[in-house]
Amino acid sequence: MDTLAASLLDGLLIGLLYGVAAMGLTLIFGVMDVINLAHGAIMALGMFGVYLLFSEMGMNPYVALIAVLILGLLFGVIMYFVAVDRVIDESPLASLLSTFSVNMIIIGIGTAIWTTSTYNVEYSLGTVETGPFTVTGARLMAAFLAVVITALLYLFLNKTRPGKYIRAVSDNRGAADLMGIPSHRILALAFGIGTAIAAVAGGMIATIFPITILGGSTYELKSFVIVVLGGLGNPLGALIGGLILGAIEGIVPVFMKTTWVPVIEFGLFVGILLFRPTGLMGTKK
Amino acid sequence: MILTVDHVTKRFGGLTAVDDVSVELEEGMILGLIGPNGAGKTTLFNCITGVYPPTSGSVVFRGKEIAGSKAYTVARMGLARTHQIVRPLNDLTVRENVIVGACYGRENLGLRDGAKVADEVLEFVGLASRTEELAGKLNVAQKKRLELARALAARPHMLLLDEVLAGLNTAEVTGMLDTIRAIREGGVTILMIEHIMHAVMNLSDRIIVLDYGKLIAEGAPEAVAQDERVIEAYLGDPDIIEEVTDVDAIEEDPT
Amino acid sequence: MMDFLKRTVGLWIPLLVVAGIAAYPLITGSDSNREAMFSILLAIALASSLNILLGYTGYVSFGHIVFFGIGGYAGLYVMTVLGWNIWFAVLLGATVAGLIAYLLGSAILRLRGGYFALATIGVNEAMRALTGNIDALGGPIGMDVNFSLYKPFGGPGGMLQFVFWSVVALTVLVIIISFVVKKSKFGLGLQAIREDEDAAEDMGVVAPRAKTWAYVLSAIIPGALGVLFFFKNGHIEPGEAFRLALSIEMIVWVMLGGIGTVLGPVVGAGLYQETRKLLLTNAYLKNIQLAVAGALLLAIVLFVPAGIVGWLRSRNARLRKVLE
Repeated sequence: MDTLAASLLDGLLIGLLYGVAAMGLTLIFGVMDVINLAHGAIMALGMFGVYLLFSEMGMNPYVALIAVLILGLLFGVIMYFVAVDRVIDESPLASLLSTFSVNMIIIGIGTAIWTTSTYNVEYSLGTVETGPFTVTGARLMAAFLAVVITALLYLFLNKTRPGKYIRAVSDNRGAADLMGIPSHRILALAFGIGTAIAAVAGGMIATIFPITILGGSTYELKSFVIVVLGGLGNPLGALIGGLILGAIEGIVPVFMKTTWVPVIEFGLFVGILLFRPTGLMGTKK
Repeated sequence: MILTVDHVTKRFGGLTAVDDVSVELEEGMILGLIGPNGAGKTTLFNCITGVYPPTSGSVVFRGKEIAGSKAYTVARMGLARTHQIVRPLNDLTVRENVIVGACYGRENLGLRDGAKVADEVLEFVGLASRTEELAGKLNVAQKKRLELARALAARPHMLLLDEVLAGLNTAEVTGMLDTIRAIREGGVTILMIEHIMHAVMNLSDRIIVLDYGKLIAEGAPEAVAQDERVIEAYLGDPDIIEEVTDVDAIEEDPT
Repeated sequence: MMDFLKRTVGLWIPLLVVAGIAAYPLITGSDSNREAMFSILLAIALASSLNILLGYTGYVSFGHIVFFGIGGYAGLYVMTVLGWNIWFAVLLGATVAGLIAYLLGSAILRLRGGYFALATIGVNEAMRALTGNIDALGGPIGMDVNFSLYKPFGGPGGMLQFVFWSVVALTVLVIIISFVVKKSKFGLGLQAIREDEDAAEDMGVVAPRAKTWAYVLSAIIPGALGVLFFFKNGHIEPGEAFRLALSIEMIVWVMLGGIGTVLGPVVGAGLYQETRKLLLTNAYLKNIQLAVAGALLLAIVLFVPAGIVGWLRSRNARLRKVLE
């Protein structure tokens, strides 16, 4: 019983992190119907951002996350105008391919610089013990930050003017245009925020796990599952989807081989796409 | 009766878009369907053609129940339609667009016969000089004719026309009206949604009027034009009222 | 006769290209050339198969490699465990891939746009994870081809010859299928679905059935190729059989050459593989070949979305009659 509880707790904490990882993907999809296939590569950039700032410049990794956030935002806005803006009204294939080509560029250059070897951010926040549970500080911190980031995104989208513009553009771009909202700049902003969150999620992963330049792709695939669980285009749903995925990863290995986890995850993923395409709790969009 | 719509209702969530409508069409007639914007005209079309099933009620086409059938089933039975907002197959040529209509329509033709029918129909609607152009490159009036050509190529028993005159200039309207009359001469029954009053009043044998999803009037054009409920439904659109009530103008209308 | 040639010229051009590629190692008598041409032909056949779904029907299958993997596993299983010969194994690989495509297609082809693309990725990943858990298929380690299976061909050398010419035959077959489908009533229905599925249904195209058959057609040849490839490879494992990256490369080949054309996948796959080889042999570009390929793809998607053949077709009316 204790193993199950401990394993579940572990899963849920990581699940929150998964949720943030997926949040950027789902935000971008919700606003502009673009599935960003550079998502994993951007997460990898976030990982190496934190690694470099910490190992080369001695910055505290959690401070480095703020730098990664800003750089991620910039990168996303630039990427939007270079690779996405031209194909935003084309068939889905065009944006799938244009974002995938950005993925190839990032991974290509990244591999040339860092090869595909493993790197570690050697920084510890110690461990916390309560009863049967032992949790590393880094995991607790990541879970806490995940909740903070979700709350901030929620407030931004609902309480600020740019956030409201994003929601307006996402509801109906044509109508938003007529009301004088500069829709392409708003799309760029939304894309930037999506990539910024992805990069930060990557950075948070670097504080817990060893990283490689290809490491983002695992989380990208997980993000697809989460995004579908939580409802495509629903940032809050992503956190819940992340928790569900984390719970599966926590519970399943107690009863069967770990290698069954992805079978269950992707089976669930296809099943939900077919029978509940709006997500487990989704109604809109 | 070629088409019998019996107590059809269509609800979207809380909204009743079509409310208990019953209509009958005799073979060979032109029935005009009018009503203010949002009255449920296109929704009724979609219920008949199988775009979605009606919430309740029945639709019988040539003796067969078609309510709830798929759009392609209905199309293959010989009920063809045009779209209010044109939907050309942009990257195919004009000719290929029409061949799709011919090959997958009532007669289920092979490519070669389909091409023959397509050429005939394109000649008939006046697009013969544009056959090899990509459909996406046509102007609005031409795209409307393409819609019509695709529907005709299916050799349908009945044609549903959804605002084929909208967006056309006066000369183009006149040309299209001649074409529609010629189609009727060919024995095709027509149900048409139209906003251009003088045109629909002039063409139709009978008119039905929808308002807020309900059938509020039915009868000969002159009678419908003087029906008080119809005039009321159109209040707020003085131009249309004038056209609807001015029966003399209809009779004298050169089109 | 002249009339027949004229009507089918769009078929003869890609077939001539394939014949040239197949003859090149024969003329040069070089084994390494044969291996290089093998990978190009494999790419052409995979790209042409995908094009039937992606190019004609407009459905973006991101996980199309799943049929290559399924074929490979089915084929190697019956050869190594049940002792079938390669002919039946290839036939089985194609059949199993087609059958699974039929069942899968009936379900997931209801999804449109990005949702369908995501589902195909999910299916591929689920298959990869699943095969890793099936002990009869060797689990995560996979299956090996016993060398004795190469004996009927007179050893590995003869086997390589056999596989090469089999792939040539399959490439020719898939190009003929591509052409015939494109010129058929069925193909016209598919293209109508690609342009506007709802309008196509309003015109009587039975979209669910047509899409499913397009999916089946696009799955059969990859299934057969999977058997040949992994037989030659001598080994199959989940990561190799269901490699998502290869799946996406297939889309790149189609896009580069010209989506929805018969010649496009041939040109695209050939050019891409050759360019990559060039990059790999260049000391400066070797390390960033992936990035260069990415930049190339981006440029195509943004500026020449119709691909090379599509662009040529749009430039010149006479080319439009010759290039299909």
